[in-house]
Formats: sequence, structure tokens, C-alpha cells
Amino acid sequence: MAVKQISIFVENKEGKLVTITDSIAKAGVDIRAMSVADTQDFGIFRLIVTEPEKALEALQSSGCFVSITKVVGVSIPDEPGSLAKIVKILARNNINIEYMYAFITVSKKFASVVLRVADNEVAEKILVENGVKLLEEKDIVEM
Amino acid sequence: MQNKYFQPEAETMPLEEIKKIQNEKLVKQVKNVYDNVKYYRDLMDKKGVKPEDIKGTEDLHKLPFLKKDDLREAYPYGLLATDLKNCVRIQSTSGTTGKRVVAFYTQNDIDMWEECTARALVAAGATEDDVVQVCYGYGLFTGGAGVHGGSHKVGCLTLPMSSGNTDRQIQFMMDLESTILCCTPSYAAYIGEHLKESGYKPEDNKLKAGIFGAEPWTEEMRRDIEKALGIKAYDIYGLTEISGPGVAFECEEQKGMHINEDHFIAEIIDPDTGEVLPEGSKGELVFTSLDKEAFPLLRYRTRDICVLSREKCSCGRTFIRMTKPMGRSDDMMIIRGVNVFPSQIETVLLNNGYAPNYQIILDRVNNSDTFDINVEMSPEDFSDTPKTITMKEKKLQDAMKAMLGINPKVHLLAPKSIPRSEGKAVRLIDNRRRYGITI
Repeated sequence: MAVKQISIFVENKEGKLVTITDSIAKAGVDIRAMSVADTQDFGIFRLIVTEPEKALEALQSSGCFVSITKVVGVSIPDEPGSLAKIVKILARNNINIEYMYAFITVSKKFASVVLRVADNEVAEKILVENGVKLLEEKDIVEM
Repeated sequence: MQNKYFQPEAETMPLEEIKKIQNEKLVKQVKNVYDNVKYYRDLMDKKGVKPEDIKGTEDLHKLPFLKKDDLREAYPYGLLATDLKNCVRIQSTSGTTGKRVVAFYTQNDIDMWEECTARALVAAGATEDDVVQVCYGYGLFTGGAGVHGGSHKVGCLTLPMSSGNTDRQIQFMMDLESTILCCTPSYAAYIGEHLKESGYKPEDNKLKAGIFGAEPWTEEMRRDIEKALGIKAYDIYGLTEISGPGVAFECEEQKGMHINEDHFIAEIIDPDTGEVLPEGSKGELVFTSLDKEAFPLLRYRTRDICVLSREKCSCGRTFIRMTKPMGRSDDMMIIRGVNVFPSQIETVLLNNGYAPNYQIILDRVNNSDTFDINVEMSPEDFSDTPKTITMKEKKLQDAMKAMLGINPKVHLLAPKSIPRSEGKAVRLIDNRRRYGITI
């Protein structure tokens, strides 16, 4: 069920983001969401895209250092309290969130949240049991 | 009363006397080494040289060289010339691939070494009224122990501070009124800055002189230190293999360091051919220990490039002078006073599962060395969180520190991100050259 996330190692140097975004654009892949984790020396650029394999290939051939990680994607109502609700579910079940980021699609009244946890299957099972809708690869494409 | 020399009869002896002493001691030492050090006897036999062939310094060139690799190969006891029961101390320095070089000392060796540093201290104006603050590292490193012993011999009040803890250094300097500071030049510069930041003016301290060595420094740095601390700064040279600091030292002329020729013979050779070069030539410095009992090295190649001069010195000392080392004939770097070989870094990388794709970047900030090592990751080293990478960096950094004795900053980089020239990666970028530092 989990969603594929592309992680790119970015040295803090001029022009690195240009190479990354250009090669994704040229591959005709759409970026749905992104987040950046940064340290003093480098950053990790994380993307949810419509066609992860195609993006991966394009990035690798332009010399980027890339890996694919499976993350949990959930779809929640775009209204106050819905993020709090899923965070509470996970906390109650002792599931730590390593990092998370969210994005909103304009056309639908839903927000999407990307969650990085230690065990995707356990987290997904618990979320489903609590009535949370999970995102699938096709949902990303159809957004 | 201030003495100009610690041992005037030695330090000012006429050249003919120096030659005579060197000839006599050399003949004896060669015989001693041949009889007691199998490793060197084999080298001599291989070269077809017998002790009787060495009748004086003019025959020195016939003897085989000793290199750092020999010391590594003979580790730990292979070059020992006396029973261990006669030895009272070891000191140690880093080797080329992590195996350390261990030098042994008898009590006579220690006394000779300390007399050499005492000469350096007296040349810098030390008397029994002085307070000598030693902030070279103590321990296996020869810096602390050597100057400490010399300070005792002169009769100075000795502050065995060791390196680091700058606030405490300054507190003792002020409260106990230190008059002579001994440390690496970069640490002296750092103390100077720290004093200024703490609101002290150069005239607020009681220091009159500093003896600084163990790392390369420039004339410009000397002037900066002299100004910041309100002192006269003296250079000192030495190496663990030969004894430690004090093999050569500067006098008030500040024009090169007098080599203690009653204990050591210095030669300059062409590093490529091994041929002895005439006085005044630039080449590799080679030392022969005349008096060492435990660890007497003959024709030890220092890999330091310098020039010797017999020109008369106004200080009255007759010993030959050497310039500051101008470079190296191997790939050794001196970083924050510590000898570092690229091969050591490669060893750590391989031991920790990294390919030896790395780049060393050295620079100077506030007269102190910065030391960065960039290392290429392999694809399996990378996932989606910075934490895994920073933890790997920390682990590698700790392993480097354990091997090198100093802490580099390790940066993990993407594969193939280290620039290669003609397919070969550039292993060292030494930006310190901009400031005149060439080693």
C-alpha cells in the first residue's frame, strides 16, 4: 500500500537544485509534494511524484545521488483537527513519526499527509483500523 | 646573572673542535650500532660497508640511510642498541600507516635531550628566575617532556600545563607571572587572541619570550605573535626519532636554528639520488645521532627540506644553522602540530568499509589549521534521513581521531563528487599555502 518517495542527497552548493528540478521536468514527471531536511553541509530533498521510477532514472542519469523509500500516505479531510486525530492514533500505539509533511490538493476537499515511520505495515494497519484512508500510487497520479 | 649560553664550551667551540669531536664519536657510534643493532648491521653488510671503513665524517656518505619505513619494519625493538633494562623511557610519534614509531631512551639519552632544550631556553633568555609555561602536549609526544626537562635543567619554575584549556592557561600566566611560553606557534597565536578578547593588552602579561615549534610557521606569523604577546618568539626544531625538540634551536639573531652538532651530524642530500649536497644547497635533512645509547639512528632521513649555513652568527655559537623546513620530500602533512600521512587516512577508510575516495582540505583560520576530510559514500550509505549520514560521519570522525590523534571534520559526499583530474582524484587541497605554510 505504501507510497514511494524519492530522496535526493543535495550538497549545499550552487546549482544543485537546478539540476534536480530540471531533470524531473525533462522526464515529464509531476511533483505532488516535497520536503527538505537540511544540515550544515547537505540537505535531503524528498519528493512525492507521479512516476517515481521514471523520475529516479532521470535523476540518476543526471548524476544525482538518489534513493527510494516507502512511506505511508494518508488522505484526511481538510478541516481543523484531522491532522491531530491521526497523530493521536499513532502516539497511542507507540508509533514514532520520524518526519512528516502534508500537501493539499485544490480540487478536492482533502489533505494528504506523508508519514515516515519505522514499520509501514504496522502503521498502516492501525490507521486503517481507525478509519483513516490511505493513499495509493494511483491516488498520487490522479490528484 | 644571565648566562648567554647553557653550555658555552660546547656551543661556542671552534669548528675544528666540532669536527674532531664528531669524527671520534662517529667512529665509536658506528661500531656500537654495527655490534648491537642487527637491523642496521644487515643494511651495512648489504651495502658492503664495515665499521672500519668509517674513519670520520668524510666517510659518513658510505653508510646506508634509515627511513621511516625502516622504523616501522623494525618496530618495536629492532633498532634498539642496548638492553631494555638500561632504558628508562619511550616517546612515540605517528607512523606512515598507523603503526607508531617508538623511540627508547636511557637516562643519559634523556639528559642529553634535556640539555639540548636547556640550550634553547637559555638562548631565549631563560635563567633560574624565569617561569616557563609549557603548553606543548605531554605524554607520548616529545614536545611537553623535552622542554619540561630543559626548563628543570636551567632551574626555571616549570608550569607543566600541557595543551588546551586556554582559560586556565591564561589564569596561570597572569597569576604566576609566566615569563617564557612554550607551545606550538598556532596555539601561541590563539592564546594571543584569547588574551585580547579577555581585555588584556600585550603589556599586561609578564612574558618576555616564547619557544614555538612542532609545526611550520611563517615570519609573518612570528611578527603577529610577538606583537600580540609582547615577546620575542624563537623557533625550535626536533624529531622523536633523533630525540625530540631541541635538535636545533634559534638564538637572538632569529636567522635559522643552530643544530647541536656535538650530538648530531646534519647532512643535506638530494632526496631523489641520495647524493650529499654541498653546504648552502636546498635538499633533504639527514641526521646521525652521535651520543644516543638506546636508539642511535645513523643517517636518518627526516624528509624535511631545508638549507644549512655555516655562516658566522653574531650570537657567538659556532654550530651550523638550518633554515625552517621549506617542504617535505614525502607526502606527510603537519596539521595542528601533528604529523599526518594520507596513508593513515586511507587505512581508516578501508577499516570502516569505505572506498579510499577522499579529499583532504587544509586551511588556516585565525592562525590555526582547519582539517576537513571529504569522503564519497557508496549508494547503500544513503537513505532518506540526515541522521543516518551524520551518525556515519561522526563514527568515521572518531575512527580518524583515534588513528591520527587529531580531530578532522568528516563530510560524507555523494559518489563521484570529488573532482578528478585526468581520472586521478586530487587528494590534498592545502589552502594554507596562501599564508606561506608549505608543509
